[in-house]
Amino acid sequence: MTASGTTASASETTEVVLEADGLTKHFPVRKRGREVLSKVTKVVRAVDDVSLSLRRGRVTALVGESGSGKSTVARLLAQLHERTAGDIKLHGESVSVKSGRKFRAYSRRVQMIFQDPFASLNPVHTVRYHLTRALKIHDRAGKSKQDLEKALADLLTRVQLTPPERYVDKFPHELSGGQRQRVAIARALGADPEALLADEPVSMLDVSIRLGVLNLLRDLKQRLNLAILYITHDIASARYFADETIVMYAGRVVEGGDSETVTQRPAHPYTRLLIDSAPDPDQIAAHKAKAGDRGTGEPPSLIKPPSGCRFHPRCPHVMDRCETELPPRFDIGDGDGHFAACWLFAREEG
Amino acid sequence: MSDAVLEVKNLDVDYGLGDDAVHAVRDVNLTLHRGEVLGLAGESGSGKSTLAYGLTRLLPPPGVIAGGEVVYHGENGETADIMRMTDDQLRAFRWAETAIVFQGAMNSLNPVHKISTQMTDVIKAHDPRSTPRSRLDRAREMLALVGISADRLEAYPHQLSGGMRQRVMIGMALALDPRIVIMDEPTTALDVVIQRQILGQLIELRERLGFSVLFITHDLSLLVEFSDRIAIMYGGRIVEEAPADEIYQDSLHPYSDGLLHSFPALRGPRRELTGIPGSPPDLRAMPTGCAFHPRCPKAFDPCAADLPLLGIPESHADATTNGQPRTVACWLHPIR
Repeated sequence: MTASGTTASASETTEVVLEADGLTKHFPVRKRGREVLSKVTKVVRAVDDVSLSLRRGRVTALVGESGSGKSTVARLLAQLHERTAGDIKLHGESVSVKSGRKFRAYSRRVQMIFQDPFASLNPVHTVRYHLTRALKIHDRAGKSKQDLEKALADLLTRVQLTPPERYVDKFPHELSGGQRQRVAIARALGADPEALLADEPVSMLDVSIRLGVLNLLRDLKQRLNLAILYITHDIASARYFADETIVMYAGRVVEGGDSETVTQRPAHPYTRLLIDSAPDPDQIAAHKAKAGDRGTGEPPSLIKPPSGCRFHPRCPHVMDRCETELPPRFDIGDGDGHFAACWLFAREEG
Repeated sequence: MSDAVLEVKNLDVDYGLGDDAVHAVRDVNLTLHRGEVLGLAGESGSGKSTLAYGLTRLLPPPGVIAGGEVVYHGENGETADIMRMTDDQLRAFRWAETAIVFQGAMNSLNPVHKISTQMTDVIKAHDPRSTPRSRLDRAREMLALVGISADRLEAYPHQLSGGMRQRVMIGMALALDPRIVIMDEPTTALDVVIQRQILGQLIELRERLGFSVLFITHDLSLLVEFSDRIAIMYGGRIVEEAPADEIYQDSLHPYSDGLLHSFPALRGPRRELTGIPGSPPDLRAMPTGCAFHPRCPKAFDPCAADLPLLGIPESHADATTNGQPRTVACWLHPIR
């Protein structure tokens, strides 16, 4: 592991840290009544054939509604769930760990931040305990007491909880939401990871402090050259924070590419619906005019997902083909790596 | 100027009694006019939900109304102070005149009763002489109003999706033709697509049925789009109140300005955003003077010492575009 000094200028030159290739996760559904006797097991197709790569010094956003499988992807990447199919590669090497020493070695390099800082910190332990534990588990506590104190102070300074001595002996309930999330980030940094999986890191925080945490993460990305996966339902924050954006719908990737391209020139009908639905104060007049022609319907059941393209029952541009054939990724060709899984773009493929 | 349906005057709400009381809402004056959507924005702990529960007297202990009055203007011009109503009066007043859609509305439905039972119960309680048939018809009508097919009437809550449950709640709130609907973060738990569907529907219904909405949320960008007027709360007080587009284009209070610059924009140029430094105040240990001064980028001498009062700023004294004056509580904008 070398700290490549080049900043992320072109996506080809930056090193891929963590990669998902055709990642699939099906959760079995418990059988009830007569089903117990049948051999067929129903499954929830939470994630189907998701491929993405996290690059050093880049933020990749995974956007989707609740139930689209975006958190499951993060948990699969963190090896908290066993995958059904597909592959996870860390620096090109396939990894599959369940527990024990191998899992620990993996989690040293890939750390996760959870959504709710009120639940992810133990209320009966101090900040010192949380961070010391992370440092000790990952062998970074040093030999002496002074080393540990220094490491603790370093971590807290990194997440801008300064002066460190004011925060190190606090209990979680003495901290505000934003401060708690910073402690959770510090704990993840305690392992000195290469990749950070952030599952809705700001959605539980007050609006006025969300940006502070996002800016902190971006700052850390640049200084520590981290690869960050940013999971969110807020596509506007993906535009603000992420270099690359991937949109998921009902367990599948429907569109992806450079954040600016995806948000400004969305290709897939679902992405367009998502962007049209986001609150936008500038469009007060426009909204009132077209209040009626909003997309209707709701996300499908993942036990029996629609055939073909999973978005077709809600899609305004639905064609016959959509109902039977699953669209592969088509290159849009208007920005580097911008693709959409939609038959509307099949022509351009030739 | 449209007539008022609800006037909140100098309302104070405390949690606890005596010297240990936490002052969650302080000296709030607010007027809800007929047929308007009044947005109430603020961070968690700013007292916005407490205000809503306080003015409907739904506040659970240890919450106490410490002072002030809430005047309701009835259909025929009669007025009543909600704070002085007897239990019987309150019982008749709630739901029929003021309905609330709660924050976790999806979880406010009783899981062991059918939708039809829950909807007809409401109508039965307020109109015991109605026939079961008419109640069921009304329930069917309400479901159609919020865009749910009538066959879902026999469903249990767990058989409906989150968005549908939320719509059932809105339908139930409107079942008795209330004149005021209070919505406490009605769409926070929903996805943006569903959120827009539901809010679009609500605005449409308001135009058709003519009720007033008090819309409470932390999402200011949503309010700018959906409400007529916005009041912004900080530390238990209203710090600014103005028509939605004026707040958006020309906010006076530094806190409103900070809130508006806390949302990344989806369109237009990408700019660097900072949010607001620091964290929301602790109600147990409020800063002296203006509660916002420790976080305020423009704080100067009087801010830490004296509390600014809400009033019409001199600079905007005659800029009353649609008949309603805008008010702000900040030393930067001396009031008349």
